[in-house]
Amino acid sequence: MSERLWSTLRSVAPPVVAIAVGLFVGALLMLSFGFDPVRGYVALFRGSYGSPEAWMESLAFSTPLMVTAITFAVGMSAGLFNICAEGHMYMGAAGAIAVGGMVSLPPGLHLVAATAAAMLVGGLWALPAALLKMWRGVHEVVSTIMFNWIAFWFVLYLIRFHITDPGRAERATPAMITARYPVLGGSLTGVIFVVIAFCVAIYFLLWHTGLGYELRLAGDNPDAARYAGVSFRRVILLTFLIGGLAAGLAGGSQILGRPPSWTVYATLGNLLNLGFQGIGVALIGRNHPIGAIFAAVFFGGLAHGGRFMEYEVGVSAEMVGAINGIIVIALALPEILRIVKRVRAVKE
Amino acid sequence: MRLRDLVSGRKRLYLFGGLGLLAASIYFLWQTGVGSMRLLETTLIAMTPLTLAATGECINEKAGVINIGLEGIFLIAALSGVYWAEIFQSGVLGLVFGSLTGALIGFFLGVMSVYGKADQIIAGMGINLLAIGLVPFLLMAIWAFPGIHIFPRELMVPRVRLDTPQGLFSMSPVTLLAIGAAILAYVLLHRTLLGLRIRAVGERPEAVDVAGVSVARVRILTSTLGGALAGLGGAFMPLGWFGGLTKEMAAGRGYIALAAVVFAGLNPLLALAGAFLFGFSEALAFTIVVTPGIKDLVPFYFVQMTPYLVTIVALVLVLGGRRFPRAIGRPYRRE
Repeated sequence: MSERLWSTLRSVAPPVVAIAVGLFVGALLMLSFGFDPVRGYVALFRGSYGSPEAWMESLAFSTPLMVTAITFAVGMSAGLFNICAEGHMYMGAAGAIAVGGMVSLPPGLHLVAATAAAMLVGGLWALPAALLKMWRGVHEVVSTIMFNWIAFWFVLYLIRFHITDPGRAERATPAMITARYPVLGGSLTGVIFVVIAFCVAIYFLLWHTGLGYELRLAGDNPDAARYAGVSFRRVILLTFLIGGLAAGLAGGSQILGRPPSWTVYATLGNLLNLGFQGIGVALIGRNHPIGAIFAAVFFGGLAHGGRFMEYEVGVSAEMVGAINGIIVIALALPEILRIVKRVRAVKE
Repeated sequence: MRLRDLVSGRKRLYLFGGLGLLAASIYFLWQTGVGSMRLLETTLIAMTPLTLAATGECINEKAGVINIGLEGIFLIAALSGVYWAEIFQSGVLGLVFGSLTGALIGFFLGVMSVYGKADQIIAGMGINLLAIGLVPFLLMAIWAFPGIHIFPRELMVPRVRLDTPQGLFSMSPVTLLAIGAAILAYVLLHRTLLGLRIRAVGERPEAVDVAGVSVARVRILTSTLGGALAGLGGAFMPLGWFGGLTKEMAAGRGYIALAAVVFAGLNPLLALAGAFLFGFSEALAFTIVVTPGIKDLVPFYFVQMTPYLVTIVALVLVLGGRRFPRAIGRPYRRE
């Protein structure tokens, strides 16, 4: 038991160190522009975790990040650098609006249909990049970013011409009452349970099925996988498909489960960068579906608390994104583990 | 030899098909009243940051270091370029400092991947993510305005104006610099001792190490150089092109530059051709958006997709026979 606890602790250590580095660099940034970092962080963390209401909001912020993190985490498990979540999320949001805001269905069924539509559209949008990778070997870093931008302009086009809110030109049609997840408090809705269930399902798929084993084998040891007869094409397709479904769900969660707007604005302002932040979340969660849930709660807290930092101390909330980048850079260093070990050796 | 290999068989079909399409689209535009001069002008401007970043990345990847943080370098260097240009009241100095900023990031990534044995893809992505948050933060912290900053017009890097029979033709000196850099990079890689060492570091770092050349030093050098060129391209965007700074100004161009590198198989001259192609597609989009007659036919949103679609199509057609250095992306460990 203590052996297992120890190994868990060891796997949690690098993200903790990286987070410390990220917060430290963030403090330096604040200092160099004349802000007080202590006041900044106090405002941030009081705003994000200081009260039950704050927790509700932080969890609402973390909901989409859990699933965009899954997109990247599953990619990394299979050895693919899948950064497509951003585009799939836009498409998923459009899918959710198309069914949740434009079609009338009985309550209950409507919610299920709209959620499924978001995931399906996200999954379908994954196919081109997957097929290009399978048949032409086009590297996913470039192709997925190109598809992200195509999705960006396509969804803007849809909002302008096809899913517009007839009353208000600056946004798309909101989800109907029958296609909204019940509000648990603040901005938090029942969609968080769907999202967590999805993460757990992916965990079981990856770690308790043959298909998941093949996927992880292809990522950990491609040579062994080839020798064992794993079909790389199938792994690529599966990885992209899961990624698309997950990011589509993230987009849908912002439409069907996010008061007060229940829709997307014509600038995509309430979706922008959720997909990219998922990369950092996945890496903090060590590319593990369950780790992603906890990492997303942390990062959702930063994202929510950042607004208090902006309000009370004047530091732009966008700095949270910079901290995310620093954390990712720090996590790229395998030597960060060695730093941890050195610290432990000193203590012993 | 190589050129003939490139255009043999099915690829020849693609090449001539592509050229035909290009000619057809120019003819079409000319018929609808778009000056091909304006189109060429915009192409040359749009290809400049792509050429600079792709050239640097070709050299860098030849030495076995991948930097996918070009997009982030573009953004951060653009902001730094404008900041220093305002301090010194000089657009050219802005370009210099933007380039230095890029060099600093490149140096940092080089040190991380050589001494830190970092995962280069993740580190590069970290730079991109950092820029997404850092640039809006700095826009607020420095100019106290969200998301966008317009600087005085006098700070723009002046363009060279030529009087041609078809009318006035303007071009940025930075464009010439970029084209020169691509040619120089080819010469550097294939005709000099340093170039030989760079290529050897990418192929057989252990052999270079045994021969007494520091793998670490070569890799940090190429990474810094690549960062400097990308930084120049980034600073060029506000100071030589748009006349303003926005938080999403790079708009995927860093990744398009990466696509040009892959497209070229690390040959700087082919990367120049790739940058021209992608720059042309961007210029085409810009031109269509402002030309009366066509802009009403094609929705603006679809025109905006053109550069990204062209990039994907180019990669699909060209990939296959490309060979990359053996030690690419892998930290060198002495045994």
